Amino acid sequence: MQFLIKSSVGKKLIMAITGQLMFLFIVFHLIGNTSLYFSWINTYAKHLHDLWPLVWIVRFVMITLLSLHLVFGIQLTLENRSAKPDAYAIKKSLRATFASKNMIWTGLIIAGFLLYHLLHFTFQVVHPEMSAKLNTDVMGLPDLFSMIVFGFQNFFILSLYIASLIALTLHLVHGLQSSFQTMGLNTDQTQPVIAKAGVIASLILLIGYASIPVVIFIGIVKG
Amino acid sequence: MNLTLYVWRQKNADDRGRLEQYEAHGISPEMSFLEMLDIVNEDLIKKATEPIAFDHDCREGICGSCSQVINGVPHGQEEKTSVCQLHMRHFKDGDAIYIEPWRARAFPVIKDLIVDRSALDRIIQAGGYISSHTGGVPDANSILIPKDDAEKAMDAAECIGCGACVAACPNGSAMLFAAAKVSHLAMLPQGQVEAARRVRVMTEEMMKQGFGNCTNHYECQAACPKGIKVSFIAKLNREFIKTLGRSGKISSSVDRMADTLPSE
Ligand code: HEM
Ligand code: FES
Repeated sequence: MQFLIKSSVGKKLIMAITGQLMFLFIVFHLIGNTSLYFSWINTYAKHLHDLWPLVWIVRFVMITLLSLHLVFGIQLTLENRSAKPDAYAIKKSLRATFASKNMIWTGLIIAGFLLYHLLHFTFQVVHPEMSAKLNTDVMGLPDLFSMIVFGFQNFFILSLYIASLIALTLHLVHGLQSSFQTMGLNTDQTQPVIAKAGVIASLILLIGYASIPVVIFIGIVKG
Repeated sequence: MNLTLYVWRQKNADDRGRLEQYEAHGISPEMSFLEMLDIVNEDLIKKATEPIAFDHDCREGICGSCSQVINGVPHGQEEKTSVCQLHMRHFKDGDAIYIEPWRARAFPVIKDLIVDRSALDRIIQAGGYISSHTGGVPDANSILIPKDDAEKAMDAAECIGCGACVAACPNGSAMLFAAAKVSHLAMLPQGQVEAARRVRVMTEEMMKQGFGNCTNHYECQAACPKGIKVSFIAKLNREFIKTLGRSGKISSSVDRMADTLPSE
């Protein structure tokens, strides 16, 4: 175990495994969020919170994954920077992309966003007056639906979410295919297919997640 | 044709270094890039200026000495071509050409365009070999090796250790270099015996030498004059994964190996 966190490939494997598990989480999170379109979200949230031991297990696992990913991501980046102290006067990128060269920045944007996102919808301190802890719907359930709709009617909050989603998309465009290479789960034949599938999956997530605040902002879903 | 060169000049490892401008006159398209530099150097010598120091040996694309980043690409724009095999017909009259040394912490500049690449040798010394006695030349086909494996092993063995992968990598990682050797030996029966130890010590040595980690930019494959593929890095990763959970066994096999080695 100690060897794993000390070695270069070991650290990369931790990045790849934690990254893929977090990817799975955001896939399920999106499926859950679509309940907003069917106005089920308050009931969905209630069912989820009735399973509170499960919710806490998932929260604990996610915090662990995120911390590992964050710590090793920063450490790897620092090591890599120090291995290349002098820049070229001219350097052409042959295969590296904007996404691959900015993993640490897109990653840190995601981290900052997560903090805000939790304050907004989990701890509900961004708009305390709209907190679902205070307001209930006609069924007497905490009114998440109104809280969400109110939040996304604000252009600043909308832009923040969209910008963060773009950062996440870039992170995954490089990260998903990269994680297969890191784990050695590819061949010369499958790698181009994996790379394409990764881009498509990232774009589906972008469209899926972005649709909710956009649809609210332009007023298709109303409070 | 006439060209304008911007060449990195640095007296020694301690000098800060800078780009200097030179004119190259009367360059013919059939010259190699190194021959073009030879002409420029003769000019400089006539003007009693210190000639540009650059590394070269075979001049036929097999030794891996010629190490120059030309217009932002290690070994220049042409694919699968070393600097010595790059011909001036790929440039046109009036071109400006930037020539810089490999840049990485593990490759300190010795002078001008020459860097110290011995860190790569130390990665090989750590484990890029087999330690069994191979005896005399074996009879053909006395050890059966599937054709696919033999070919892949040969593809990996094509690495000439030039360091272009490190020069191209934004992280200054030598993972493609290490992966070529790990894969080459792991695909052959003679190499499989020490495969577990090899992948660990070689990647460890790579970090000790000050190279970076691989983040899968794939710049290395694009810059490699021999077209070594990043799928060998995936192979190295698989070899590494196979060793997980057997630390004890690996170190004891290393000790045993040391015991059986002939003493000097
Ligand atoms: C806390 C915020 C985050 C930071 C600071 C961060 C940082 C990084 C960095 C620096 C890398 C490149 C590591 C390397 O190749 O050496 C990386 C890779 C990766 N990240 Fe993140 N990341 C974050 C959040 C996420 C999230 C939320 C996901 C998934 C939904 C994710 C998925 C991935 C994947 C799949 C990889 C590729 C791993 C590989 O190359 O093998 N990251 N991350
Ligand atoms: S001088 Fe030997 S490879 Fe170029």
